[in-house]
Amino acid sequence: MATTSKDSTLLQVQNLHVEFSSRRGKAQVLNGVDFEIRRGETLCVVGESGCGKSMTALALLRLIPSPPGRISAGRVLFQGEDLVSASEDRVRAVRGNRISMIFQEPMTSLNPVLTVGDQIGESLRLHAGLDLARAKVRAIEMLKQVGIPAPELRVDEYPHQLSGGMRQRVMIAMALACRPDILIADEPTTALDVTVQAQIFDLLRDLQREKGTAILFITHDMGAVAEMADRVMVMYAGRVIEQGTTAQVLSSPGHPYTRGLIECLPELGSSLGSDGSTRIELAEIPGMVPSIWELGQGCAFRDRCPHAMARCADDVPPMFRLGQGTGAAFGGDAQQPHGAACWLHAETQAVAA
Amino acid sequence: MTAPEHTDVLLSVRDLQVHFPRSKPGWGRSPEVVKAVDGVSFDVRRGTTLAVVGESGSGKTTTALAVMRLAPVTSGQLRLGDTDLGALEGEALRQARSRLQIIFQDPFSSLNPRERAGAAVRAPLDLMNVGEPAGRAQRVADLFKAVGLRPEQQHLFPHQFSGGQRQRINIARALATNPELVVCDEPVSALDIAIRAQILNLLVRLQRELGLTYLFISHDMAVVEHICDDIAVMYLGQIVERAPRRAFFSRPLHPYSVALMSAVPTVHGGRARAAARIQLSGDPPSPINPPAGCRFASRCPVAEPACAAELPPLREVQSGHWVRCRRVDVVDGMPQAPLHLPTA
Repeated sequence: MATTSKDSTLLQVQNLHVEFSSRRGKAQVLNGVDFEIRRGETLCVVGESGCGKSMTALALLRLIPSPPGRISAGRVLFQGEDLVSASEDRVRAVRGNRISMIFQEPMTSLNPVLTVGDQIGESLRLHAGLDLARAKVRAIEMLKQVGIPAPELRVDEYPHQLSGGMRQRVMIAMALACRPDILIADEPTTALDVTVQAQIFDLLRDLQREKGTAILFITHDMGAVAEMADRVMVMYAGRVIEQGTTAQVLSSPGHPYTRGLIECLPELGSSLGSDGSTRIELAEIPGMVPSIWELGQGCAFRDRCPHAMARCADDVPPMFRLGQGTGAAFGGDAQQPHGAACWLHAETQAVAA
Repeated sequence: MTAPEHTDVLLSVRDLQVHFPRSKPGWGRSPEVVKAVDGVSFDVRRGTTLAVVGESGSGKTTTALAVMRLAPVTSGQLRLGDTDLGALEGEALRQARSRLQIIFQDPFSSLNPRERAGAAVRAPLDLMNVGEPAGRAQRVADLFKAVGLRPEQQHLFPHQFSGGQRQRINIARALATNPELVVCDEPVSALDIAIRAQILNLLVRLQRELGLTYLFISHDMAVVEHICDDIAVMYLGQIVERAPRRAFFSRPLHPYSVALMSAVPTVHGGRARAAARIQLSGDPPSPINPPAGCRFASRCPVAEPACAAELPPLREVQSGHWVRCRRVDVVDGMPQAPLHLPTA
């Protein structure tokens, strides 16, 4: 599959709202999420636990447990077709076929009583209509592609016979079996060691280059973002608070939260400063993420924000377009807009379209 | 903050081995032995932090548990100050436990869900008979303040706290008995990045104020570089490199240390760093039948045939800098690494 031009939009998420009902009332888990994924790119979603990043991924595939959850508003346009209002049959045809997902924990997301080959072959039998024997041949091929040694033997093994890194490779093989247009990877390496993580990152990059698959990469590791992403979106309390290219977001973050996330990281090389005897205190983001019941009016980050103003308590800031007129390096062009939802930018910038 | 050069040694570990027998199916076959820790020696100076780094299965947590006397010590010596920790049994061991405490990785499973936070922190005071009973409530309140919690939060249950707050409760509980040594077993791995910085800063502050000694177990090189004074890198049950922080991070010598550092993604490195990365293939060998020679030889990019034949000794190539690799040469007193960090 050849990669088409970078700017063609594959998936568009508009004003997505997800709510969960509980005894205390309705909890707004996603509160108007807007973004798009373009063909062949990697979009990273960053945020702390509870910010809604995994929920966004589940909503795209209509996998939100319902009840108690439901998509209460918004559209997910996949190649122009709205998946939110589509029939369950139609979504099934897309899920695991055109859009597939790798989960965080390779042990709990593989079925322990089925062989690896059966699990990879399942989507092929379902979506591509292959019979058992041909599905197995394809499964062996997939295992080979994801770099598993002796795939002819491994195909008949069970998940417990594989190491963590190999299980995650199997998950990737399953997800890629039908050559999806979009691969959603929900923290695919958090359970793995760094040297294995590096192998998986390389594998994802190589497969993406070969097949032109777009990747929605969910992570909390800023280092992984720098390595994997073409574009980044930062989420906080169910909203997208910053969006832009990797260079824009990492080197000139527009939202105080993004800046805090980058500054609070200990980085390699910290001991090699001036004389090495001083230990710099890490920057902290004070406090913690507010509970979903305490969001109230205004910006959800205001209590932890060093720049909070009176206005922050009253209104939720819209996404402001940053860096207009500062040249392409700091990203003001129409193709690669850089936006941040913070009132700090209200005076200088116009509201993004 | 670095400790003065000649601080005395608080914890001394010599040739520690922790082997777990594992029964094999079938009769008349000798049980297999998992050599989780296989000959580990190090010292931790009073008031400093020794970080033990390694990947899963390297034996770093088992080392920590053995130091805590929570894992069976197969052989080797453990000394805490003047006490032979490895030889203590029964009541004497129980009493010695007030001098060493541990902070576990998972702030959720390490607190009893039915016990109020204050009671969890008070329990060691009662068990170890620390101070007068009348003063213990005040001590618990002080501990809560010291770790950045409000004293009135004592009455809450663990589920009413966030992950970072629970880790603060764990730290308060560990500090209750005024321990000399605190073993931190991946204390920030389960926390969100924004909370990690808070807990790391808290640990550094408490060390400065209370003169604590940390044995810090982690797999995160960046966290370790930030917090440690000395570092030991473990691979498959053995230490492969041990050095003061600055010496190690400016010039890692063992090929595994170099590969491990190059595998860490960094914000400033980005894709250039990823492209120049040293690739390790495969997984570490099994600790049941570790290879006879260098344990890293099968994955090492610069291994020679001789590496697989004989286990190299841990040797001191520069003052305080120990490495277990036969390919490290010393030229004019300067050790030369066989594998270099890519410059990207």
